[in-house]
This record gives sequence, C-alpha cells and structure tokens, in this order.
Amino acid sequence: MRLLRRCGAPASAVGALTPMALTPTTLTPTTPTSRALPLVPLLLALPVLAMPVLAMPVLAMLVLAMPVPARAADPAGGVIAGPHNWQIGFQRAYSPVMHNIEWLNSDIVTPIIGVICLLVAGLLVYVLWRFNAARNPVPSRLTHNAPLEIAWTVLPALVLVGMAIPSFRLVFFENRTNDPYMTLNVTGHQWYWEYGYPDQGNLDFMSNFIPQDELKPGQPRLLTVNHPVVLPVGENIRILETSGDVIHSFFVPSLGVQRYAIPGQTIETWVRIDRPGTYYGECNQICGIGHHEMPIEVQAVPLPQFLAWAKLAKQQMAENGSVPPASAALASPAMTRVADIAHPRAASPGKGD
Amino acid sequence: MSLSAYQGHAEGHSEHAHDHKPGFVRRWLCSTNHKDIGTLYLLFACCGGIFAGVLSLLMRWQLMYPNHHTFLADGQTWNAVITAHGLIMIFFTVMPGLIGGFGNWFVPMMIGAPDMAFPRLNNISFWLLVPAICLVLAGLFTPPGAGIGWTLYPPLSEATYQPGLPVDFTLFALHLAGISSLLGAINFITTIFNMRAPGMTMHKMPLFVWSILVTAFLLLLSIPVLAGAITMLITDRLFGTGFFNPQLGGDPVLFQHLFWFFGHPEVYIMILPAFGIISTVIATFSKKPIFGYLGMVYAMVAIGVVGFAVWAHHMFISGISVDTRAYFMAATLVIAVPTGIKVFSWIATMWGGSIEMKTPMLFAVGFIFLFTIGGVTGVVLANASIDEVLHNTYYVVAHFHYVLSLGAVFGIFAGFYYWIGKMSGHQYPEYWGKVHFWLMFVGVNLTFFPMHFLGAAGMPRRYPDYPSAFAGWNFVASMGAFLSGLSLIVFLYVVYRTFTSKEHVADNYWGEGATTLEWALSSPPPFHTFEELPRIG
Repeated sequence: MRLLRRCGAPASAVGALTPMALTPTTLTPTTPTSRALPLVPLLLALPVLAMPVLAMPVLAMLVLAMPVPARAADPAGGVIAGPHNWQIGFQRAYSPVMHNIEWLNSDIVTPIIGVICLLVAGLLVYVLWRFNAARNPVPSRLTHNAPLEIAWTVLPALVLVGMAIPSFRLVFFENRTNDPYMTLNVTGHQWYWEYGYPDQGNLDFMSNFIPQDELKPGQPRLLTVNHPVVLPVGENIRILETSGDVIHSFFVPSLGVQRYAIPGQTIETWVRIDRPGTYYGECNQICGIGHHEMPIEVQAVPLPQFLAWAKLAKQQMAENGSVPPASAALASPAMTRVADIAHPRAASPGKGD
Repeated sequence: MSLSAYQGHAEGHSEHAHDHKPGFVRRWLCSTNHKDIGTLYLLFACCGGIFAGVLSLLMRWQLMYPNHHTFLADGQTWNAVITAHGLIMIFFTVMPGLIGGFGNWFVPMMIGAPDMAFPRLNNISFWLLVPAICLVLAGLFTPPGAGIGWTLYPPLSEATYQPGLPVDFTLFALHLAGISSLLGAINFITTIFNMRAPGMTMHKMPLFVWSILVTAFLLLLSIPVLAGAITMLITDRLFGTGFFNPQLGGDPVLFQHLFWFFGHPEVYIMILPAFGIISTVIATFSKKPIFGYLGMVYAMVAIGVVGFAVWAHHMFISGISVDTRAYFMAATLVIAVPTGIKVFSWIATMWGGSIEMKTPMLFAVGFIFLFTIGGVTGVVLANASIDEVLHNTYYVVAHFHYVLSLGAVFGIFAGFYYWIGKMSGHQYPEYWGKVHFWLMFVGVNLTFFPMHFLGAAGMPRRYPDYPSAFAGWNFVASMGAFLSGLSLIVFLYVVYRTFTSKEHVADNYWGEGATTLEWALSSPPPFHTFEELPRIG
C-alpha cells in the first residue's frame, strides 16, 4: 500500500488494492492464506504496471481529438497519404467525406465516449475506495431508486439522439455522387485491382502490387503498385465497384472511401480528392492467399494533367499495352493543348478524351 | 432471501450423498447428471480455450514484425489459423464454458431443481461437441486448410475458390455445434419454465438464471438460421446449387444477411451469461442484493429482443441501401441504452456495499471497466458514417476482443474463482488468483488497446503481413499477447494448487453476501441434489 503511494501510483491503483489488503480474513475462514510471501512485491508492482494501460483510453481520447499534423510533401509537391509508425488517430483527411468523418469522430463521438469511460472509471474507483469492507463494514440495503434509474435510461438515450443526428446527415452525404464529373470502374480480382475509365474511351488496366525485392527506394512495401489509379483533383468521381471472383473491399482511408466489390453486383460510392498526391489503401475483405498483396495506390493530379495522361495512356495501351505513369503526361506535347482549357469544370463527362 | 428458508433441508441431504455414484464409464461417458455434464463442458472449454489461445499466440508471433517469415506467413495457412481461432473460441470455449459449464452446474441448483429437465438430451448435447471440434481441427489440419474466416462468406467459401474437404469439415462442424447448442437451449428453457421449486417465481429467479434463459431463447431463434445458411452453402459446394453464386442467379449478400441474423445474437449469447455471473459476483462481494433487479432482468430481455434487429450493422459496406444503413444504425444505437442500465446498476449495487476484493470480484470489476470500453467503441462503429473507414480494420478486432476476450472471458474466470470451491470442495489460492488477474489484465490490455490505433490508421483484418508503418503497435500487441500467455500458465498453476489442496471449504464460504440456493448445499454438492424440493419463502 505505502509502496504504491510512494511510487506515485494514481488513486485508482490504490483504490483497487485497498480492500484486499485490508479485508479481515475472518469473513472467509476456509480460504487458505497466501504462502508465497517473497513474491508480494511482484503482486504490488502489477497494478503499477497496469497504470499505463488504464491511462491509454484517456491518452487516446486526447490524441484522437487533436488535429492531425501536416505530412511531408513529396518532391512533386503532392501529398503522400498513408499510415505512419506509432500513429494513433485516423490518417489525415483529403476528401469532403473524410473531413466529415474526422469531424464527427473527433468533435462529437470521441468526446462523448471519452466522458462515458471516465465517468464509469471514476465511479468504480470511488466506490471501491469509499465502500470497501474496511471503511464501510455494514452494507446498506439500498436496492431501488426510481428517479436514478429513469435518469440513467433517459439521459443516455438523449445523448445518443444528439449523436445520431449529424451521423444520419453524413450517411446520406456519403451515399451518392452529386453531379459526377466522371466514373471510375473498380473491379476486384484475386489478387489485383482492375481500373476502368468509361468516360476516357474505356481505358482499362490492371494494377498489381510490387514484390519487396523489386521496390525502389522510398516505395513502401505492400502499398506500392505497378500502375496506380490516376484521378483528377477537385472533381466529383463516381466509383462503381464489382468483382470478378470473390468479395474484396476497396478501401482508401485518407479519402474516406470503402465499399465491398461483390461479384454480380455493382456498388456505388464516390470521392472528391482535395489535393494532388499519392493516396494508399488496401484490400479489406478476406479474399484468399493474396489478401494482403493487393494494395491500392491513387495518384491524384490536376485535371489537365489527368486528361493528358488518359489520352497518352490510351495511345500507349493501343501501341504496346503499357500504362504510363501520371508524371509522363507532364512532358507530353498534348499537355500544353489540354492545359489551355480555361474552365475544366465546364467540361462535361465523356468529353475527357 | 431464499437461502435461510431452505437451510434446514440442506443439512439432511449431504449425509447420504456419496452413495449412488456410478462407475467411471457410466459416470463420465453416459452421464445424465447435470453437475457431471457441467464438469465435462468446463473441461472441454478449458481444452478449447488453451488450443485457440495457443493459435492466437502463434498469430501474434507472426505479426510481431513486418515481413516476418514464420510458418504462418503463407496466406492460406494464415487464413486457416484465423478461421480455427475464431470458431474454436466462440463455439468451443466461450459457449461451452458459460452456458454448458456454469449453466448446467448452477441453473438447476439456483432454481431448486433436482436436475435438468431432459438429462439424456443434456448428455447428447455435450457429446455432439466432441465430433464437432474434431471436424474443425480436421478443417485446420487437412491441407490446404479452411481459409475462409469465421464469417464463412461465399464466394470465397464456395468450391471454386476453396475446393476439397477442409471447408466441408468446417461447415459440418458448425452443424453439429449448432445442434448441440439447440438441444441445450431447449433443455434450459424447459428446465427454467417447469422445474422451479415451489415459491421460486420468475421474478425471484437469480439474474444468472435469467441470463441463461434469455441466452437459450437467442440460441433457439438464431441457430436454425445459421443451419439454413450453411446447408445452402454445403449444397452449393457439393450438389451444384447456386444460392450464393451470382453466375447461377444467386446472391453472396444473402449469405451475409442470414449469417449475421445468427451472428449478431451470437454476440449476446456469449456475453449475457457473463452478465449473469458478474451480477452474482458483485452482489456477493458487496454483501448487498442486486440494485434494480427488475431493470436488470428487462435490460437483458431488451438486449435479447433488439439484438435480433441490428444484424446488418456488420454489412454497412456491403452495398445495402442508404435507408437500410440508417435504420440499422439507429437500431444499433438503441442497444447502448439497456447496456448502460446494466453498467450503472452494477455500480449502484456496489454503492453503499461492504466490498471485499477477492479474485472473483477483481475479475468482475475489471469486466465492468473493460466491457464499458468495448461498449463505447461499439457505439463508434454503430455510426454507419464512421464505419466507412473503420469497417474490417483492427479497430473492429479491438472492439470485439474487448467485449469477448476481456468481457466474456473475464466472466468465465470470475465464475471459475467464485464457484470452484463449491464445485470441487477445495478453495483456490487467493494470492495466485490475484497474480493471474493482474497479469491477464495488463496482458490483454496491452494486446488489444493498441489495435484501436492500428485500426484508426487503416490496418485491415486478416493480414499475415502488413506495411511497415504498422510495425510499432503490432510489436506492443504481440508483447501483450505473450504476457497473457504467461497469465494462462499462472491460471493452470492455480488449478493445480486448487485440486491438490488438502483443505475443504464450508457450504457457504463467501458468507452473508452469497444468497442463492447453491450455497445452502455442501461443497461439493451431493451427487443428487434436492431429492426433496426446497420451498422458497
């Protein structure tokens, strides 16, 4: 006991330990007393070890509620969005949907559940300290308190309603593409993704992960692919998913995009990417041996560059079946011509090529 | 309340208790005695738990580092192991432990019944589990293994993608385990409705009996749906039907609806009996009757009823319509209300009590705190909007392990430490029980709390290898798992010490707080209890 207090252990550890240390053994005469005295320090140390664990929820609540620090930019000026080591919260948001998810989670839901956890933990610590057998030898017979019971039924219900309102709005916001600029067809296969661009002359290619021994420096393992899916920045993109074999899940965390790819079905979701850059995702539904070896890499570029890339890709696919990287479109002569488009948003779907 | 009224009768019984025990084969293989069958269930659950626990240690070993080449690094082996881990933990550890084990032992005693209503049915529902777990093991060890996840989603589980015997073994195992649970459920419902001692009205039944009653109804209504779904899957695999094959006009999402119509109540099937045990333990060690008994009873009934109307929250990403998502989100949030009633009532039971922190109480208090964490992350996941980026990530793994690995399993250990003296006649060593608790508490939290971080960062489930950016927290989780493994060894030592102990415990070794009928019997209870029905005042 004293050892704990001297170690500066928080009250919860002391509270949790107090009753067993002070309980008179006479209450349970048949319980054999402990005989392994040399190990007492170990027993006392364990609650102290538990402290970081108990502090974790609080730490997590605090960190999840904090804004995410800005990430390093890649040489081309785009962002690189993926997980980083010892990360605690979401990946940084780069789409309207993900901004909303982040807001709902860190400004509404996480504070609520944090308060609930702290309330329950606080009550437990208090009760164990105040009403342990040594401090309170005669138990009360209190078993009913109607106002209290009504309160702890109605109040949580009200809190849930308050949380549900913004959440419902977001569910409907996530549902459908509003006035899409273009459509991206995503097809899951064992174990790669196929991307189709019906509005860019049915450009279509496969995207395979790059095995570890073929990675170039700076390319993250199990996230890098040979042909990233290239998409324009700032446009509403309708994503239609299906699968050629089993169920997969197309999941890009930083863009707030996730839907199953199910054979025989076409499932819709949408995205609008804030900034140029590279966004990593992964297959998120068990699909066999290579489940972890079919990552997603999204290259977001300005619209003119996207259009130039789509044109170039179409040409090269027809000529030699290769898919150029998005950066190849910058050097292309077609680039100047397409870049002159004054109001890219005015371009209607289907006229991209 | 009921205890003192019965005390007089109990004395006479224990005298001639040891007379009529049958021989080993008749006693253990052909058993019709609810206590012996309960013991068999507990032993079975212990073996299942150790095996599936070793599987999880192997999994954490593989995931300790990125690019770690153990024998589990192969995707198919990995998938087979996670499938077996999930199925064994659910069907062959938690369910037999809580329902078959403690339910069989204590439901008849708590209601003052001499045995279960159908003793032979009771025997077959245990013995069906043995071939069932053999089939799961066959599914794991027959190359290439059933790598389909415990959710069994087609088309991956169809013959095209997982040909051969392993998946068939696994599906038949679930049929057998399902029949076993169904027979057990019928037995419990009949027993509780018809065999209560005179004066033991429904509203006087201990909460543990109520929890088993609600659980039995959940089993009765959900298992047939699972049986239907896996039968359709079996005929798809073996007889060329196309229920879940889009090329033959079937629909893979239909399976998900059927599976989760069973799968979600299944979650409550695992946690409700733990609720019952925790209520009993908390009342005993606070030396107070449970606070808000009726509220507690109807909160469990409400969880059971609403639990049948929330299944599609496992399918927010499956392309179901936005109105469906909105409904299932609302229904799921509703469950938080009765769950909150239970948590607050437990705390109110302790309030004003005279609390003794024996090992069962440590597990019970640990349960309340950890179940609360698992519960609130459930509220996060219920938001279909947020689930868009948390579905199938490690956040989900953390959530359901907090509810099950830290919830249901803490319930099992609370029950073990609470009743082992009653069941065996020998008390566990208190000191080592506490060592077990603290090691396990630290271990499981270290294992599962960092998984929230991994999930929020986007790490998907069921990956044998992951991008290096997830390395840090995975290493911490593995260390926690090894610590939990150590606590399992301490637990086995506790069991060893208990059964080699020379000391015998009294009838009611917990004293004034333990008021249910089993404490009026000797420890261990006579082979046949209540040959004369007790009368509850």
